[in-house]
Amino acid sequence: MLDLSKYQSIGEALRDALDQFSGEVCLIEADREREKERLTYRDFKERAHPLAKALQYGGFSAGARASIIMTNQSKWLLSAYAIFSAGGVLVPLDYKLTPDEQWQLLKHSGATALVTEYPIWRQLSGSSGRAAATNVQTVLVTEAPANADLAGAERWEEFRGSGEPAFVARKRQDTACIVYSSGTGGRPKGCMMTHENYLEQCVALTSIYPFWPGVHYLSILPTNHAIDFMVGFFGPFTCGATVVHLRTLRPEYVREAFPKYKITYVSLVPLVLKNLQKGLQARFDALPPGKRKMFNALVRLNKLLTKSQPRLGISRRLLKQVHEAFGGELHTIIVGGAFSEPQTLQFFYDLGIPVANGYGLTEAGTAITVNDLKPFRADTVGKPLPGMEVRIVNPDTDGVGEVSVRSKTIMAGYLDDPELTAETIVDAWLLTGDLGRFDGAGHLLLTGRKKNMIVTEEGKNIYPEDIETVFESLPVKEFCVFATNYIWPKRSMVGEKLVLVLHLELGQQYSDELRQDINTRNNRLLNYKRIQGVVLLDEDFPRTASLKIKRNVLAERLAKLDSAAVILPL
Amino acid sequence: MRTLEQTTQEVLDLAAKHFQLPAGSLAPGDDFFKRLGIDSLQTLEMLSRLENHFGIELPDYEVQGVSDFKTLAERIQSRL
Repeated sequence: MLDLSKYQSIGEALRDALDQFSGEVCLIEADREREKERLTYRDFKERAHPLAKALQYGGFSAGARASIIMTNQSKWLLSAYAIFSAGGVLVPLDYKLTPDEQWQLLKHSGATALVTEYPIWRQLSGSSGRAAATNVQTVLVTEAPANADLAGAERWEEFRGSGEPAFVARKRQDTACIVYSSGTGGRPKGCMMTHENYLEQCVALTSIYPFWPGVHYLSILPTNHAIDFMVGFFGPFTCGATVVHLRTLRPEYVREAFPKYKITYVSLVPLVLKNLQKGLQARFDALPPGKRKMFNALVRLNKLLTKSQPRLGISRRLLKQVHEAFGGELHTIIVGGAFSEPQTLQFFYDLGIPVANGYGLTEAGTAITVNDLKPFRADTVGKPLPGMEVRIVNPDTDGVGEVSVRSKTIMAGYLDDPELTAETIVDAWLLTGDLGRFDGAGHLLLTGRKKNMIVTEEGKNIYPEDIETVFESLPVKEFCVFATNYIWPKRSMVGEKLVLVLHLELGQQYSDELRQDINTRNNRLLNYKRIQGVVLLDEDFPRTASLKIKRNVLAERLAKLDSAAVILPL
Repeated sequence: MRTLEQTTQEVLDLAAKHFQLPAGSLAPGDDFFKRLGIDSLQTLEMLSRLENHFGIELPDYEVQGVSDFKTLAERIQSRL
């Protein structure tokens, strides 16, 4: 691994990695059963440099911002490196957002260039939101068909400059990426992540979960997500490892990829991990009684032998068939993005497959705590990573309070929002809005949220403010969206949902017509953002002098109601 | 060559069968996430069934943002 303490920027470290590991394979890209690309670090450099040169010809200079909206593939990483080596700031956006949401964030970020895929561009270019984001001057589109209407974009494949691009140096404190943790419908939260944030996070993570040449990392989480950016790009690249991209996430092809590419690490969101558990459990249940008994005995023996720490060699021999289905080389499953249920984590560990569950948020540069597996604990999110100071603010008698963090991985602030930054980072401590406590062994246990938001099992952060716009002009006196956990706190991080609180006009009934209107609007939201119930409140919402709803006061009033009785299904 | 109506009907029939719902219980405008109570992973599984049935390849990006049977059927129709 490169000694990252020597480097000032992501681009500088990557530049050296491309030379140091030139003969190693850095990327494999497969589409279903077909392998489309296999690039060495040398090939990667040869592909990325002409793009960096062309960007520079086009006037892209130090501090300029460029966005990537792409699915996981080699051109994502090639484009990112070209942007960094040209001194640019990367704005990775979620390809699953709607075109209007993407334009809104493109506008807010001030990106002058956009790299995207043709199917995404088809939708983006036809969206009315485009008119507002006039800052986006250059659009590069990958894989466009020969006769495609590019709607003002240029072909990524033809956007090449000749000669060596000039490497543009950046300092550790300069912004490397603007990563949106939320804000598609309301107040955009563009986390300004510095080069130092990434360099320090990478050192901390790889001290516990190292990469090396020969490691095959399967990249499934979107690369715009902080976790995949770190463990599916920057981490493996600075260690000479290989990243495997799949162009389809159909479960059958994901399953095939493990043995085919001898996967060492993979990161999954809890939803996918649970699905994997379900599939495996069904196969175990289908075993004939004799074999089942034998299998269960082997699992028990494995549990006993791995009680204090993982013993991969032993587990692979004891539970050979299970491990062979995962390619026989799987070292660890990294799970993140949302809270994982302990029984799912334990299921995999009992099979001899370590699961690195942790806790983090974009604002803190990916991970804050992680399970070091010494010993494995399914009930916690692990211990603070090296370099992270974590403390509990205002703990109650059980020791539960708000989790706060201080480290070199904390963002510089929210883009163009000093007020929100000042509320979130106080005296260099990041207030996470999550509630938790430490146990005697120094492990962090999360118990709920202080902030009004939910995280889905797919790892999506949903803030009520972001989805309220869809209910604007609803024919009621007033409305407000809440996370149920925020109103009725329960010591759990799973099964979180959003509800719409309505105050009807005097004499107005909650009619079928109104319910239908709510349903129609709700369906306009992406499926994971939808509200799941309605609460009727027959009193005026408390408001500030500027007529903003006092959400915390309203939540206190709602908390006095019985949640089981007042939430009406849609 | 199937018509769009035929394709839509076959999509509905197949989804009903796959998720063990009574035949004819799904409508073209139904939101399949909501109607079937499925998540994004189960949707991908359903797509694989549809691909096998129609003998086509439907890249993941073609169904990005699609949540109703009618639009899904249109995407399939364009590849038949």
